[in-house]
Amino acid sequence: MRTYILKRFGQAALVLWAAYTVSFLLLSALPGDAVHNRIQNPEAQISPEQAQVLIEYYGLDRPLWEQYGSALTAAVHGDLGYSLTDGRAVTELVGAALPSTLALTGLALLFGVVFAVLIGIVANYAPWKSVREVVGSLPSLFGSIPTFVVGILLLQLFSFGFRLIPASDDGSFVALLAPAVTLGILVAAPLAQVFTTSIRSARAQPFAHVLHARGAGQVYVFRRGVLRNSSMPVLTLLGLACGELIAGAVVTEAVFARPGIGQLTVGAVSTQDLPVLQGVVLVAALAYVTVNFVVDVAYPFIDPRVLVNPKAQRRSGVNTKASAGAADRELAALPPLRVPRRLPVEMSMP
Amino acid sequence: MSIIAVEPSTADQEPHDEASDRAPRTRSSSSTAARWLGSHWVLAISVTVFSVALLWALIPGAFTHYDPIAIDNGLKLRPPSAEHWFGTDLLGRDLYSRIVYGARASLLGASIAVAVAVVVGSVLGAVAGWFGGWGDTVLMRLIDVLLSIPGFLLAISIVVLYTARTGHAGLVPAAIAVGLTTSATFARLIRSEVLRVRASNYVEAAITSGATTFAVVRRHVIPNSVATTVSLIAVQLGIAIIWIASLSFLGLGAQPPEPEWGLLVSDGRKYIATRGWLTLFPALAIVAVVLATNNISRHLSKRATR
Repeated sequence: MRTYILKRFGQAALVLWAAYTVSFLLLSALPGDAVHNRIQNPEAQISPEQAQVLIEYYGLDRPLWEQYGSALTAAVHGDLGYSLTDGRAVTELVGAALPSTLALTGLALLFGVVFAVLIGIVANYAPWKSVREVVGSLPSLFGSIPTFVVGILLLQLFSFGFRLIPASDDGSFVALLAPAVTLGILVAAPLAQVFTTSIRSARAQPFAHVLHARGAGQVYVFRRGVLRNSSMPVLTLLGLACGELIAGAVVTEAVFARPGIGQLTVGAVSTQDLPVLQGVVLVAALAYVTVNFVVDVAYPFIDPRVLVNPKAQRRSGVNTKASAGAADRELAALPPLRVPRRLPVEMSMP
Repeated sequence: MSIIAVEPSTADQEPHDEASDRAPRTRSSSSTAARWLGSHWVLAISVTVFSVALLWALIPGAFTHYDPIAIDNGLKLRPPSAEHWFGTDLLGRDLYSRIVYGARASLLGASIAVAVAVVVGSVLGAVAGWFGGWGDTVLMRLIDVLLSIPGFLLAISIVVLYTARTGHAGLVPAAIAVGLTTSATFARLIRSEVLRVRASNYVEAAITSGATTFAVVRRHVIPNSVATTVSLIAVQLGIAIIWIASLSFLGLGAQPPEPEWGLLVSDGRKYIATRGWLTLFPALAIVAVVLATNNISRHLSKRATR
């Protein structure tokens, strides 16, 4: 277990370093005097002293690898450089913007997971076929509506239509709801899609049939076998979705005029403030890496077989081998075999 | 474009589902078509929607006679009517005409993005999958890193880089940025397809009988990977439309007065409370086309795995 965690931690650090390098190379691909141009721009509120500091800081007269070396060392020590528009430290700007975005993305993630679980269960277990089909097509619909359209519609509906929530952010929890639902729908689409299909494939596995044959009800089979088997791929996807949450926050915060990382990004984009943009990319990568690390560490608790062969489990998600172990465990926990009152639908197959 | 190749007329020649398998063999062709439509009406609608959008993009003049850009101050903000189906915008431009012409920008942008992604991704994925070894390891780690930076942020960074060099944003750089960021997905898929095909007996036989690497890739690997790739292309086309519209919405893609769907939504937003149609119609256009590409993709991937 310890080597597993250490290995995952090393991978996370490596990815973070590489993400920093990629964003550094992007920054350095700018025309050489971009920093000078920004500093000398009369609109920029930078004093001559600050300008001198900036020029020395970015060391544009030195070769690229030396710049990279000093920038990386600084980044490791928590120094991400200075904004080219107002000379403030990037860490300070990001730090000021982060709480608002974290509140938004955190609540959005919660909404996304709740939507996905509801859709997955209803699309598989609703007693009426039409309901299953309609709910089952929701993820595809969610994925087809651009986030800014969802945001505009929700804003119109709840702020201007029903006057339920304030149209601009006033710091209250209610003002957070509409943007969080907007972002939640973005995350829910892939999660619900995968959850729906993995519940379906887990239910079709032999262990589910055996459990049904021994008289277990739908709820029991779902809770004891199907849920765990179908949550693995969803968990993998959850890690991937977290990076997209920050990107989605850019659009959502623009629509709802909320302060945060998104507004910082849009501002940095319009002034071509690349150190700030690099900082945002790094924060997003950090969020992604952290969440994926947590997910990786959580895997063995959901499915201990991961420790034996991590790669095979992660890639395949629900696999057939998984059912054998689950069936053994479930059988041991069940009362002795008796004639089922009613054959489950799946059992009618030859 | 290859997606159009799957039309009801070509697809209904083979039995598709259990329903048509069980049907008696002596059936007229018209009832076959009707039965096919009955079970595939979603796909039929999707193909129709996509075809209409494609026709809008190719020959917009055939669908509307209004100029999408010329300003007419006498026609400001008219509601939908018989002359102006979707109403007019703040500058008196016919919204229906702007949406029709906007299909060109949106579909062209998405096509460029997907083309870039397919070319870059296929080359990387094929090289990694075919040659393996340390090159494969390095490429795949690189792709892991690319995937760890949120794609949309990376696309924004590339657009900003371009804007800093040239001084203006545009549809084509936005499309190329989206294509570059999504190429990682294609590289992964192509690599796994190449690995799958490579392990097969017929490739082994071809290599043993002296076929060159190039010949094997051309004759076996590419044809056998097409089905899954095409289905990914369809779904990526939808994603590219959304991303390009979002970039334009943020002011990083197409620039006014060019009619682009994301830009139209952004323009209409200011009047949403009183003139909702200005937002609603372009938004509907995006959703309809993306839904259509998603449905077509799902159908194609079902066929690929059959």
